[in-house]
Amino acid sequence: MKDKTDILIIGGGVTGCFAARELSRYDLDITLVEKEPSLCTGTTKANTALIHAGFNADPDKLKGRLNMRGNQLYHERIQHELDVPIEWLGALVVAKEEEKLPKLEELLEKGQENGVPDLEIVKGDDIYDLEPHLADDAIAALHAPTAGIVNPFELTVALANNAAMNGADVYLEAGVEDIEDKGETKLVKTAKGDIEADIVINAAGLYADKIANMVGIDKFEITPRRGEYYLYDKQADIDVQTTVFPVPTKITKGIVVTPTDEGNVLIGPNAEVIESVENKSTTREGLDEVLNGAQKTIPELSKRNVIREFAGLRPAITETGDFLIEASDEVPGFINVAGIQSPGLASAPAIAEKVVGIVEEEIGGLKEDPDFDPNYEGPPKFRHMSHEEQAKLVEEDENYGQIICRCESVTKGEILEAIREPVGARTVNDIKRRVRPGSGRCQGGFCEPKVVNILSEELGIPENEVVLESEESKLLRERTKEPLLNEEEVSDNE
Amino acid sequence: MNKQEYELVVVGGGPAGLAAAQEAYDQGVRDILILERDFELGGILQQCIHNGFGLHYFGEELTGPEYAQQFMENVRERGVDIKLDTMVLEVTPEKDVYAINSDDGMLYIDAEAVILAMGCRERTREAIDIPGTRPAGVYSAGTAQRYVNMEQWIPGEKVVILGSGDIGLIMARRMHLEGAEVEAVLEIMPFSGGLVRNIVQCLDDFDIPLRMQQTVTEIHGKDRLEAVTVAEVDENMQPIPGTEYKIECDTLLLSVGLIPENELSKDAGVKMHDVTGGPIVNEGRETNIEGIFACGNVLHVHDLVDWVTEESLVAGKTAANYLQGGIDKREQEIEVNPGENVGYIVPQKITNDVEDRKLVDLYMRCKKPMEHVTINLYSGDKKLLDKNERRVEPGEMITFPVPEQMISDDMDSLKVDIVKEGE
Repeated sequence: MKDKTDILIIGGGVTGCFAARELSRYDLDITLVEKEPSLCTGTTKANTALIHAGFNADPDKLKGRLNMRGNQLYHERIQHELDVPIEWLGALVVAKEEEKLPKLEELLEKGQENGVPDLEIVKGDDIYDLEPHLADDAIAALHAPTAGIVNPFELTVALANNAAMNGADVYLEAGVEDIEDKGETKLVKTAKGDIEADIVINAAGLYADKIANMVGIDKFEITPRRGEYYLYDKQADIDVQTTVFPVPTKITKGIVVTPTDEGNVLIGPNAEVIESVENKSTTREGLDEVLNGAQKTIPELSKRNVIREFAGLRPAITETGDFLIEASDEVPGFINVAGIQSPGLASAPAIAEKVVGIVEEEIGGLKEDPDFDPNYEGPPKFRHMSHEEQAKLVEEDENYGQIICRCESVTKGEILEAIREPVGARTVNDIKRRVRPGSGRCQGGFCEPKVVNILSEELGIPENEVVLESEESKLLRERTKEPLLNEEEVSDNE
Repeated sequence: MNKQEYELVVVGGGPAGLAAAQEAYDQGVRDILILERDFELGGILQQCIHNGFGLHYFGEELTGPEYAQQFMENVRERGVDIKLDTMVLEVTPEKDVYAINSDDGMLYIDAEAVILAMGCRERTREAIDIPGTRPAGVYSAGTAQRYVNMEQWIPGEKVVILGSGDIGLIMARRMHLEGAEVEAVLEIMPFSGGLVRNIVQCLDDFDIPLRMQQTVTEIHGKDRLEAVTVAEVDENMQPIPGTEYKIECDTLLLSVGLIPENELSKDAGVKMHDVTGGPIVNEGRETNIEGIFACGNVLHVHDLVDWVTEESLVAGKTAANYLQGGIDKREQEIEVNPGENVGYIVPQKITNDVEDRKLVDLYMRCKKPMEHVTINLYSGDKKLLDKNERRVEPGEMITFPVPEQMISDDMDSLKVDIVKEGE
């Protein structure tokens, strides 16, 4: 690991990676450290994957302003620059009772105040034109056509790789153990070695308060809020066209039903304050709450064709209920980007923009890097190609003729690309997030042993060193008992 | 794109595809291609290194690879074309087959007939909805079997097995023999879904406990599995509060059922049966799409490979007849319906008029175990045939041969029920 950098970003989630990528536009030395063997293992890994339109958050909060701006940046720049699935499906907030109508009006006004374009309240058949399989007792809905969905895994990986292409260094398994404030610089002690940085950006998500504590900042506390989800098989034949919300209550936005970029249906989350930032366990009660909630808007949902259940943690600052994005008064050169709960993913480009502004102020001006390339292309997606395109791809590289994951039609070529990218995949789950083997209905039953083989070969490690997710999550223990005779001896004996 | 033409394309080179191809050849079809996604023929039998295969068909006990070997040699001797490491991406209703491999690239095969023999996959943790964390150490039993028998890696040391289907039972013994501690096999039902002989030979012989009407209700462990919570269940298979206990383990193997793998079939427009999860077929194993046949575990999950072979020979023969000038149809289609205590029957209908046929075999599964039963075959209210069995189990397939001469022209449906002897 290098020992000096201009800017050190702590955390390889969407917030940290977005900041790294936006800062790599400038003539700066950028370094990002992540404690896990893979990017995208915290809040970014398990959420609803939405680019909210921006009608939900209070205009007087940071959340309200940044959500709207983030959505705009996705439309204007991100979707053109990065090869990441983004779809503008629109969102519906569905009211089923007369007494919910004022709340719908309130959302409309709030959205308009935030600057959300094209919001309207639709009634009667117009609702069902937008969402044919909605519960039949809907009376009105707020329609937000600028709402979208994004693949948060591919987005984060694209950002990190794009930052790396533009000179940033990304270190995995480099958890921050301590930070020494040396005045002009900070000495950051990581599991991969010590590094001295002029500016430290704390984008540590669920661990942001602990990182801040290392330099003596204790003005905020992260409270993890858990949300649980069910994900359905692509072939489940559930017709959902938009992102469907119930009318929110004071406590929660309610259970969302939404398509994913790959054509699955995702339902969730509930919201439960929990104690441990490690507790990503699903629960019987939580999952039941999610399904019951989802059925209120899309009644045809059941447990049939569920292929995955998972829980994610949102790093909330309960006191303010808002993002905290600021240079510390107490510790110069230390920037907190904390409390990035919903709508964090939607706001991420705007958060990065704000962070760049803060860095500019701290340093006193930024010089653009003339060589910055905003474009990134990920591994090809065999599954989305026509047979003609597939034929061409395998002609160029025979690894695209080997299907590893039969449910999602993922080729060996795509897996090799994911491993060989500038910030390459190192774990079974990382490969799954990037190029999807194991994301289908068999959940890796057939392809996991093959992915383990490929990782072992590419990384030059034995198969029992290959991990699922964290460093300690090894999949295999030891070799089976040796045969009494090896193959040569058997043929000798014959 | 590499365009080819074949009379018959067989999708899958496991026991079903091999037997079907062999029989089609023996009936005179010469232009046959088997497409296999793995690096060798034989399908799942290659990882089933235990014995117990072939008692019905060969009259002797073989291991899985030995059983497969017989058919692999047969198709090779006959000169059937085989492509390995080849994945079929699409079968169209017009019987165009798109497949890909590293040597040929994309293959576009214009086939006159297609036999679907893709087998099945295992149900997952999600299919049975177990909450908890998502650590390493939770495997389907078949995946664990592949790791141990093919890749030569032991996935864990302290094992709990959920589900007493055959793969679960076999893996209990396998893990035990490799030195792992098998804490228990748990079964949510009051009876096992596996063969009786496997319970005796895989569990009883090694003192591995089989706990009935219990299931896993939570998975614990952050990185690697640390424990599972187990609870007793009531008659509706719901956990009984207060009965929970924890078992420490680093490995959970799931043997919770198999699902026929019909994504290709559905895309080809083949109609599926709700209960079997496989195509609806006639007695020749032909689907609703003329010239597309299905056999083996893609059609319905079998207990013994011997029945897969028998069924695939039927499919191979009918495919040959189809290619050689067509199949005569009966004037009246006969529906075959399950009655009391019958889960399903394959074939779902009898439609063909075949001259030299002596028997039509009905394959079925009972819903619940029963002792001293009579299996009755009815046409309308009229009983045609019965046979007595000492015991029936949902885990064991029942074959019921119906003599051709009993099937008359005016019939429109058959029904089978399983009742207590003497009722």
